[in-house]
Amino acid sequence: MCEFTAKDYKKGQPRWCPGCGDHFFLASLHKAMAEIGVAPWDIAVISGIGCSSRLPHYMNTYGMNTIHGRSAAIATGCKVANPNLTVWQVSGDGDGLAIGGNHFIHANRRNINLNMILLNNRIYGLTKGQYSPTSPRGFVSKSSPYGTVEDPFCPAELCFGARGHFFARAVATDAAGTVEILKEAYKHKGASVCEILQNCVIFNHGTHESVYTKEGRAKNAIYLEHGKPMLFGENKEFGLVQEGFGLKVVKLGENGITEKDILIHDAHCEDNTLQLKLALMQGPDFPIALGVIRDVDAPTYDDGVYAQIEEVSEKKKYHNFEELLMTNDTWEVK
Amino acid sequence: MIVKELDQVVVRFSGDSGDGMQLAGNLFSTISATVGNDISTFPDYPADIRAPQGSLTGVSGFQVHIGAGKVFTPGDQCDVLVAMNAAALKTQYKFAKSTACIIIDTDCFQKSDLEKAAFKTDNPIEEMGIKNDVIAAPISQMVKDCLADSGMDNKSMLKCRNMFALGLVCWLFNRDLTIAENFLREKFAKKPAIAEANIKVIHAGYDYGHNTHSSVAHTYRIESKTTVPGKYMDITGNKATAYGFIAAAEKAGLKLYLGSYPITPATDVLHELSKHKSLGVVTVQCEDEIAGCASAVGASYAGALAVTSTSGPGICLKSEAMNLAVIMELPLVVLDVQRGGPATGLPTKSEQTDLLQVLFGRNGESPMPVLAATSPTDCFEAAFEASKIALEHMTPVVLLTDAFVANGSAAWKLPKLADYPTINPPYVPAELKGSWTPYQRNEDGVRYWAIPGQEGFTHILGGLEKDNATGAISTNPENHHLMTQLRQQKIDKIQVPDVVVEGDKDDAELLIVGFGGTYGHLHAAMDEMRAEGKKVALAHFKFINPLPANTAEVMKKYPKVVVAEQNMGQFAGYLRMKVDGFVPYQYNEVKGQPFVVNELVTAFTEILNK
Repeated sequence: MCEFTAKDYKKGQPRWCPGCGDHFFLASLHKAMAEIGVAPWDIAVISGIGCSSRLPHYMNTYGMNTIHGRSAAIATGCKVANPNLTVWQVSGDGDGLAIGGNHFIHANRRNINLNMILLNNRIYGLTKGQYSPTSPRGFVSKSSPYGTVEDPFCPAELCFGARGHFFARAVATDAAGTVEILKEAYKHKGASVCEILQNCVIFNHGTHESVYTKEGRAKNAIYLEHGKPMLFGENKEFGLVQEGFGLKVVKLGENGITEKDILIHDAHCEDNTLQLKLALMQGPDFPIALGVIRDVDAPTYDDGVYAQIEEVSEKKKYHNFEELLMTNDTWEVK
Repeated sequence: MIVKELDQVVVRFSGDSGDGMQLAGNLFSTISATVGNDISTFPDYPADIRAPQGSLTGVSGFQVHIGAGKVFTPGDQCDVLVAMNAAALKTQYKFAKSTACIIIDTDCFQKSDLEKAAFKTDNPIEEMGIKNDVIAAPISQMVKDCLADSGMDNKSMLKCRNMFALGLVCWLFNRDLTIAENFLREKFAKKPAIAEANIKVIHAGYDYGHNTHSSVAHTYRIESKTTVPGKYMDITGNKATAYGFIAAAEKAGLKLYLGSYPITPATDVLHELSKHKSLGVVTVQCEDEIAGCASAVGASYAGALAVTSTSGPGICLKSEAMNLAVIMELPLVVLDVQRGGPATGLPTKSEQTDLLQVLFGRNGESPMPVLAATSPTDCFEAAFEASKIALEHMTPVVLLTDAFVANGSAAWKLPKLADYPTINPPYVPAELKGSWTPYQRNEDGVRYWAIPGQEGFTHILGGLEKDNATGAISTNPENHHLMTQLRQQKIDKIQVPDVVVEGDKDDAELLIVGFGGTYGHLHAAMDEMRAEGKKVALAHFKFINPLPANTAEVMKKYPKVVVAEQNMGQFAGYLRMKVDGFVPYQYNEVKGQPFVVNELVTAFTEILNK
């Protein structure tokens, strides 16, 4: 079925710093696109401004590297005007959640059929090292030499708060995990947010250190799969159970815990309460959740627009400009 | 009873914002237009959602000028003033001629009403020194009596007061009520009881006038002298603008996309376009002004005729994405319905104060065509032309209108789309497949439009400067200079019609210059001066950037030139920049209200006599 290879989506020579997470993500995106199989000329990749927003220049597709923060809004117009295009919208944490926060939440709320990539390195790289809306409290940067005095966003919380229907997470260095969620994002009809945890080697080195290597992920992350028990650890010896209003890490075999006691992941559950709990988990007490956390079907905006056009067109008697004129009260001068 | 023939008459309906004066005024203009009169209307309403009832700040007015021949403005002062309460009389009397007939509802001139309107005595007519004919009728009571059997509650009955006033005015001008009946039955199609109540009240108002002869000496008749035969309708500027976009999209064979955010007074364009799904129009009410414009840029890239609409502070917010369309060289029409500023300013009032902002208010060298519609019906032409320029020259275009032309209405001869020029966007030729680069240009210096979905033309545009030859990101100094020049030349090459000089074009001693929505007032001022035997001409601009080729010649031809505009001299300054040695007189007024023809005549005569 796959008539394209990753090469068909590639263009140019990326100019990111050696070791930047963007390189890893780009390769995974090319690979995912080839596996998805949509022709390069039926794809638009739309970014804002920032290191990661250079990405469209390395795509052999249609696309735009636009202005700071506006890519979700621009992608909205592009998709609604031409729903035949597969639209990938690419932002960093500054572009997408600071200056573009409003567009991010509304694209989710409207449920535009966009694949929204959020490359989160918790730093402003292009402007050379200021804290971002995902930097932790107390974070020391060029613009916060004594540490920040503000709390960060958790992207999943924003997505869920905006009533988003799809949220997935991967680590940039984990090609298989990234390709997997990109394909799932494409399959999901509606706004699909993929948070990619990535390193900035220059200004925020080690920010996702605990999960950046395969070994680290084995210890500190949990890969969620719909319908599968939430087990993790190097030997899958840990699991998640519900306790009160929250989650709890348990060890199999301890206190009589067996696999039957472990929660089964339900990405399709409309109620996002537990999905949000999973997305909010942080080390060292909890594993970081990777994979598709939420994936719920819902009507999309773009489908709604065209369904309405079709429905109204059938009812109304005017279908061109001159027929429109005649729907007004007119009089004749002879 | 004498029936007096008039050439023209101005009627002003005024009352509390909840009194339905806009509806009464609209209906009267529609009735008049339908019998073949020319019309020009001016809704003058407060910005408050609902000011305290009966208060001076809550007064809403609707002025309509109807004429046997052509009328250019809604008129300076009215011949008939309807004042539905004491506050309306207090604030609106200044708009009445000394000979005007005044209609008041005495039931709303009670003690508390007079107090709210800050009258000191219980006789407002005397207190204000009004010597006009006054029809003082207990309108509220008569409406209640008339609807006593309807089963309606008191509040609902009183909502029909406006129709009583309208009926009375219809009697005064010998208007047939059939048109009003049809209109009301359609408007209240889902509430037939309301329609019939309104119709009953309108007849009651008419009969009241007829039976009492309402203490006036005569009624009026305004014949129709409209000469151009054809089908007509009444249209507001905002509706005409929306129609212009629909017509242009159809002519170009493209989908029409509007990305917008509600803002007074531009919102009616969003309302109008949202209705026409059966024409395939896509409207997206965005999260903010920025997204309205940004989404339109996305729609343009995707291959639509993309439009964004706004007013006031909205245009500031759009400038960032407008600039993106400049550097990406994508078609986009930005509609700016100018209102009073700065900041939130006077949201419902009219000014021409955004001109320099739309010309120059963006970072970098950012040339952009600008058009300004000259009347409610010209909004159609201007929207069509703005779309054609945008699509054929791959550029964002600003269409300026203003609250006055947007809300005002006029009789409009229905256009035939076949009479309009074709719109031919520079689609990328198929034979360039494989060799094409995004900034390759045609003979007009316009880059080709490669709409996504075509194999062999994938490309990335963006806000960063691009290499002219390859389309890749470039910071090369020579290339940036070249691209800056190419973007400027592309706009300079746009052909626009010469500016027309009206009036004494050969021997005028004074040339009046204006742009956009002041056309009617400036024309009326010129007519009045010429009627007094003065040599005056008018050059009114619709195309602001690029300016018509004959601009310098016209500006230099006459001994005196006055640039009259509703700002502090923006167009005059722009002309001085474009025409060497040009030093005009200026007439500037920033009141949020239309020009007053008499004041223009006085000011221009003074200049003439200097």
